[in-house]
Amino acid sequence: MSLTINGQSYEFDGDPRTSLLDYLRDGCGLTGTKKGCDHGQCGACTVLVNGQRVNSCLTLAIMQDGHAVTTIEGIGTLEAMDPLQAAFVKHDGYQCGYCTPGQICSAKAMMAEAENGWASFVTDDLEGEVVLTDEEIRERMSGNLCRCGAYSNIIDAIKEAMTQQQEAR
Amino acid sequence: MTRSLIMDKPDDRNRLDAMAQGVIGQPLDRPDGPAKVTGVAPYAAEYSIANRAEGVLVTATISAGEVTDIDEQSVLSMPGVIAVISDQRMTARAAQGGAGKAPVQQVRHVQYYGQPIAVVIAETFEQARDAAKHLKVSYRAGDAITDHHDPDIPTDPYQDPIDQGDLAHAMKQAAHAVDVTYTTECHNSAPMEPHASIAEWDGKTLTLHSSLQMLAFNRKELADSLNLELEQVRLVSPYVGGGFGSKLGISPEGVAASVAAMQLNRPVRVVMLRQQVFQCVMRRSETVQRLRLAADAEGRLIGFGHEARVSNLPEEKFGEPVTQASEFLYPGENRRLAIEIARINLVTAGSVRAPGEAVGMQALEAAMDELANAIGIDPVELRLRNIPERHPSEDIPYSSRKLIECLKIGAERFGWDGADRRPRKRREGEWWIGTGMANACRVHNINEAQARVSLLADGTAVVASDMTDIGTGTYAVLGQIAGEMLGLDSTDVLVQLGDTTFPPGSGSGGSWGAASTGSAVFEACEAIREHLAEQLGTTEAELTLKDGFAIAGNRRVALPDLLNGSAIERNGHFKPGDITKAYAAAMYGAFFAEVAVNAYTGETRMRRFSGAFGLGRVLNRKTATSQCMGGMVWGIGSALTEELTFDARDGHIVNPDLAEYHIPVNLDVPHLDVVLVEERDPAASPLQAKGVGELGICGAAGAICNAIYHACGVRVRSFPMTPDKLLAELPVP
Repeated sequence: MSLTINGQSYEFDGDPRTSLLDYLRDGCGLTGTKKGCDHGQCGACTVLVNGQRVNSCLTLAIMQDGHAVTTIEGIGTLEAMDPLQAAFVKHDGYQCGYCTPGQICSAKAMMAEAENGWASFVTDDLEGEVVLTDEEIRERMSGNLCRCGAYSNIIDAIKEAMTQQQEAR
Repeated sequence: MTRSLIMDKPDDRNRLDAMAQGVIGQPLDRPDGPAKVTGVAPYAAEYSIANRAEGVLVTATISAGEVTDIDEQSVLSMPGVIAVISDQRMTARAAQGGAGKAPVQQVRHVQYYGQPIAVVIAETFEQARDAAKHLKVSYRAGDAITDHHDPDIPTDPYQDPIDQGDLAHAMKQAAHAVDVTYTTECHNSAPMEPHASIAEWDGKTLTLHSSLQMLAFNRKELADSLNLELEQVRLVSPYVGGGFGSKLGISPEGVAASVAAMQLNRPVRVVMLRQQVFQCVMRRSETVQRLRLAADAEGRLIGFGHEARVSNLPEEKFGEPVTQASEFLYPGENRRLAIEIARINLVTAGSVRAPGEAVGMQALEAAMDELANAIGIDPVELRLRNIPERHPSEDIPYSSRKLIECLKIGAERFGWDGADRRPRKRREGEWWIGTGMANACRVHNINEAQARVSLLADGTAVVASDMTDIGTGTYAVLGQIAGEMLGLDSTDVLVQLGDTTFPPGSGSGGSWGAASTGSAVFEACEAIREHLAEQLGTTEAELTLKDGFAIAGNRRVALPDLLNGSAIERNGHFKPGDITKAYAAAMYGAFFAEVAVNAYTGETRMRRFSGAFGLGRVLNRKTATSQCMGGMVWGIGSALTEELTFDARDGHIVNPDLAEYHIPVNLDVPHLDVVLVEERDPAASPLQAKGVGELGICGAAGAICNAIYHACGVRVRSFPMTPDKLLAELPVP
């Protein structure tokens, strides 16, 4: 069974019980994706599968046949950080750093979801254009827990990255 | 060479302000930030080590008794299973913070539901997990006390109570008095990174990659558990995914991994399942707190009582020090402070962020609000009228205390209006709106610490200590201290942490990390400065170091030229001395909260939350602000949602995961407004800095409790203030 991770091809033939998370961390050495709860409760393991955010602990590696997975390592590197990563550093959008890769992957997908008009729990007009207000971002990022309590700074970082993205257009 | 300081008296020299580099206090980005946001920072479980086996802990399903049989054969035939280990060196509990010796071992003697009793080792995690679930264990159950809410559990006194004057008489004489009982429930630290360890044994030396807060102590705890010499144990912990007290002591998975690695002669990794982090590390004790506040006609306290009941397992010395700040925050010549500890069979109670004040201050500050309302004065004014001149029991002076400034600055930023505190005056649709405030207070702690500073021949510096950075910003602030002292941009200072091959730091806990290990770095830098001054033919006091140059009089020499090809290395050794008894040193602040309470459902939402804090010198404005914010988020959790629920029949945790134990999520937290009040505290440390990481929680939930009362008129004396408790008391909407 083959899949693509950060643009590279991988062949998976391991234990069918292996979660995508454990495959990424232990099978591929991509330890930027974190295991916080293994039960889809904390969001630390968030990755993008075919562009959409997924808790990688809640899906099996063997279910990713032909899928394209993007992990934090595929979003940016030390030498070439993504604007979202740079904004997290600038705004101190983390403390211990363990939830951070998941927050950043989640924020990436969230921005795309809003562009595609996906409504959320706090959206008033379910049919209209989605504007990512602070409250919208808070709601949409609520699947990513941060025990250090960096939420305020995470919002600031995401807003800065969004502004940069809009200005770049 | 080592330069030592035993701090016996205040350091009024204020050396950091005399330096020229200007990096201290600056809101610099964390040097460890890029590695964290790109996912390359390695946490304990993430070291790729060849031939590594995987272990999963097995935990007890009885509340107390003996393991009579572990049927290894029930799992040894399963694919990949290597061994079932239930060794008497393994630990049944985590060590308490600063223990420095093995915690309770004897894993087959069960004292709480969820206690580790064995570890199953297999080739892969999936195999080990499956086998651990299938392992057949037989028990002989014993008697257990598992209902921690039972008021009839016998208690022991915890430490000597403080009794002064006659509190009962003062309560009768008082113009205004409140006598109220508040309760708080058990909490879990719930760091995002579960406790994780990889052990490697080469026949002589054990190397443990582990997620820990206090390596110098953890090394002793592990060596003692395994009957090894200290020199045979190395701990590596450069990145820690949060601790909040739960990683202060060596924890069961680390010892289990070590025992397995030594027995099997191959590397073994054991990572706690999230449920195990809840079941077998540490809880914050529940508390029952009686507060008696007696005030004269002007609202000045003449009597002060704070008595608490907490709980812990048999043999544990730790008791939640609920009254720690109550000892000195407020006056009242008639005093009674006492803590009683009930012995029960629930997971170990230990340090969870700000032990003592986190829950003590929230109850005290809610009771103070009740007193302000009874008197009919602004609760800010009540606080201002109750600032003692000297420690009310020990008659020692306070070190620097910015409480008045915090109250005034905080009130102004928030737009506080305390004139009319009658509840139910503001309604927006379904929501009652209200405001509340509270003092913040947390004792300042310092600990022995060592650090090594090397000024290399190229004019850059390296700081090394086994100190940890658990999200606290230690990499940043230690670099800034060395940069300021040595006249270097902080990008020219490399900070190396989290390895016991480095000098022993203070560890991270009790908010002492920066002030203690930072002082060791400061001492080492002073020694280097003395050496450089000598080289330049001047005195340390006359020497200016800036931008990589040494300057004295009209001489200005680049550091590499002055060093002339050789490096200078100095150890700094900082020890608390008489200073800790000479002053009441603490951090202070003030919280201001605005909440909305739903008139129909009793749900509380945070609308605004401000904090003004006096923490001594701020070493990095960005990381200090973040830590204060983090504390306030914990305050929101403690106020509204966090509660470990135990089954009273057997003491098992009903909600041992992040779906059912509700820490605040992003939508629960409004934009937090934090202001750091300028302060230097010469009695706190040679840096004039105090602790940061815990103050933001100490009293925060009290402000929320008071805001809820102001919003809807319901005084909830039971934390967390969940909708059910409000709904029962709310008026018809």
